[in-house]
Amino acid sequence: MSVLKEIFSTGATRAFLSIVIGFFVGAIFMVVSSDDVGKALETGGVLDAFQAALRTVGDGYAALFRGSIFNTRADDLATALRPLTETFRLAGPLIAAGLGISLGFRVGLFNIGGNGQMIFGILWATWISTRLELPIFLHMLVAVVVAILGAALWGALVGFLKAQTGAHEVILTIMLNYVAISLFTWFIRSPNLLQQEEAGGTPKAEAPALTAQLPQLFPGTYSLHLGFVFSLLAVVVYWWLMERSSVGYRFRMVGHNPHAARTAGISVERTYVWAMAASAAFVGVAGANQALGTQVGYTETIHAGIGFDGITVALLGGGNAIGILFAGLLFGAFKAGGPQMQVLGVSPEVLGIVQGAIVLFIAAPPLVRAIFRLPALSATPRLDKIRASLRRKEAAS
Amino acid sequence: MKLELQGMTKKFGPVVANDNISLVVKPGEIHSLLGENGAGKSTLMNLLYGLYQPDEGRILLDEQEVSFAGPGDAMAAGIGMVHQHFMLVPVFSVAENVVLGNEPTNAIGALDLATARERVNTISARFGFDIDPDALIEDLPVGIQQRVEIVKALARDAKILILDEPTAVLTPQETDELMDIMRQLAAAGTSIVFITHKLREVKAVADIVTVIRGGRVIDSVSPDTPVGELASLMVGREVDLSVDKKVATPGEPILEIRDLVVVDERQQRVIDGVSLDVHAGEVLCIAGVEGNGQTALAEALLGLRDVAEGTLFLAGEDITRATVKEVLESGVGYVPEDRKKDGLVADFSIEENFMLDGSFSKPYTRGLSIDFPARKAHSQDLIERFDVRAPSSETLVKKLSGGNQQKVVVARELSRELKLFVAAQPTRGVDVGSIEFIHESIIKTRDAGIPVVIISTELDEVYNLADRIAVMYRGKIVGIVPPTTSRETMGQMMAGIAPEGVSA
Repeated sequence: MSVLKEIFSTGATRAFLSIVIGFFVGAIFMVVSSDDVGKALETGGVLDAFQAALRTVGDGYAALFRGSIFNTRADDLATALRPLTETFRLAGPLIAAGLGISLGFRVGLFNIGGNGQMIFGILWATWISTRLELPIFLHMLVAVVVAILGAALWGALVGFLKAQTGAHEVILTIMLNYVAISLFTWFIRSPNLLQQEEAGGTPKAEAPALTAQLPQLFPGTYSLHLGFVFSLLAVVVYWWLMERSSVGYRFRMVGHNPHAARTAGISVERTYVWAMAASAAFVGVAGANQALGTQVGYTETIHAGIGFDGITVALLGGGNAIGILFAGLLFGAFKAGGPQMQVLGVSPEVLGIVQGAIVLFIAAPPLVRAIFRLPALSATPRLDKIRASLRRKEAAS
Repeated sequence: MKLELQGMTKKFGPVVANDNISLVVKPGEIHSLLGENGAGKSTLMNLLYGLYQPDEGRILLDEQEVSFAGPGDAMAAGIGMVHQHFMLVPVFSVAENVVLGNEPTNAIGALDLATARERVNTISARFGFDIDPDALIEDLPVGIQQRVEIVKALARDAKILILDEPTAVLTPQETDELMDIMRQLAAAGTSIVFITHKLREVKAVADIVTVIRGGRVIDSVSPDTPVGELASLMVGREVDLSVDKKVATPGEPILEIRDLVVVDERQQRVIDGVSLDVHAGEVLCIAGVEGNGQTALAEALLGLRDVAEGTLFLAGEDITRATVKEVLESGVGYVPEDRKKDGLVADFSIEENFMLDGSFSKPYTRGLSIDFPARKAHSQDLIERFDVRAPSSETLVKKLSGGNQQKVVVARELSRELKLFVAAQPTRGVDVGSIEFIHESIIKTRDAGIPVVIISTELDEVYNLADRIAVMYRGKIVGIVPPTTSRETMGQMMAGIAPEGVSA
């Protein structure tokens, strides 16, 4: 029993439980907002209402499954798998942004400027993708690199201002979000800068040149594009950087204890600059996904709030690369499956509630522990013992 | 008032901090609780003061069972506590601090300062404290601040006074004065629980000594018990606290400090014109009461603080304006005073802590990657050589005892190529076994021809290690004396009085 209890107290389990509770909370909202349940309650009483509630929730989440993983109603396999590829496509930027925000967290920096950093990268990437002519593939590659560097620069500015003036990064990132987004708006409203020439209605940027678009992985079948692969690469890079490299080690050192880092000869200020740049660079991968993965023109809303969504991904992912990958896929699935739920008359905002609830429970571990009567996270002597014996066996063999 | 603790038990998870502790403190008795850091003394007192709730056990005051939900209850019942770190508001006056939380008010609810002053004066007069009720706390010396804490407790009619390591921050003279006060209070009927790990003080003032080790009461003995016996009761085995060392063979001066001035954030000269030479193969101890610039001196040396005036030379090289990284790389080993804050990352493993200042070079890194096999091998070697007791090299440092944590720091710093070794409070909060080991390591370093600077406020440590002693007071060196200097003279120097014939 106590071993079971300890298993329940690990980070991964906690994340899983938070997701379960999140779906449960979402179910409550579905029931409350459902007309069917209300009618059943009026005409048939509590039992009917309960059945209607179960049906509503079941249908709703089934639609989510069909819309995000496997369409059971499709005629052929290729169509049936399309939802999964959509999940991947939409998860790409979430994963990348989640990595970036998470990197910040691990250095003790709360980067809520993801949107601004994305947009600043996109600004220059758009310039490359619409105003420059380069050979196919190379064009795309240059645009991606510029999106990443642009974002990193905007992040580094935050780190620099923090190091120089002591201003808090939360304030700086919020303010620089406005600056970057307004700057981009100005660019796309100025015909001699980035505005699409023949556009009617609201001014916007041109669609990226064909040579600069992220190529589709299954042309004609799915709209999943190379951006997802870049996000997967980012997961690997993040893992190496944070777990294996000496730079990541110093990042973590500063995050855990800046005093000890300073005493060990690390320039904490410089580390903040580099860490903000690195954090924003990952977010820049998300920006490249957004701006180069589209075939139509766009406005400043191209960031789609992914800089903020990245915070939720980072929190659910718990700071490690694999966790962030799965958290990004989950929230990508929500984005992909929402429309299917809407078809059924379930408002897709329910998924926003689920997402919010999950993160709320993740951010409030004592609450989850209380609900499931779990022990505190730190004390897992029996698990440690089991792990140690496994490790010994591994070493012996 | 008579205090009785029966079968007090307190567990923190699997750790039993107090295991069935029983204790009787008679009225007017000075009862010393002797034990190493981490023996469970503070936990016991926190149980008594209502800061923790016991898992088992009873507290009796004058044969009446009581239970405290918080310090407020304990104070109301007549228990007063003087914490090791004072709980005073620096910008408030003495009178304001004394009545804080229990303020006398006049008809319209405003603070009645006259009554507050009166209370301070009454108590001061009774014990000859000589405290100005209108002085601001921040302007008072530490010894007087401690008296304010005592007055604060007495103002609430404390019949039982708990003093938690009260002498840690005092000069020898202030310690003597505190002991006089303790005797007076006891004579007036106050029971005193005196928590300490310093054997000399126990012998000087206690009526009875209860030794606590590993959360248990080991024995209650008379203070006339020989020091050696008390020490072995406290530690659980025979101990020899004197350090076995040969006569130093000092060589060339390696560290040369000239007219150093360091200014802090408030524009105070925390180091005020210090000149020192430290020679190869000698231990120079910097003694003094805490807060007289010793820490600033070490930090300036390491590059953590900017030097306002003067120069620092290490082996002929000017390091006055060098960064911390440059200083470390030029061969300075540094053990900071507060290991948890400055010396370690608690959430890192032992291995990761070994590489704190080695993340730029071999053996810990190869290119941009951490060299995990090399790091493990090197770490296991250090763990063995420095006798760090831990389940594995991947154990988190926060799970180690204070002594083992300090050994991690010392091992890391001594394992590099050194030209100079600086350690501030190297054995603070460290068990006796580890103290012995760390002292031996320091002497070994000296014998290898490396100059050593030890900053310590513990006179016993200073006498044990030093080849020369520099005493600091208010940012200046009062004098440099041999370790044969008497405690009395040292005490005077620590209060800023340079005796005849001693040159700064």
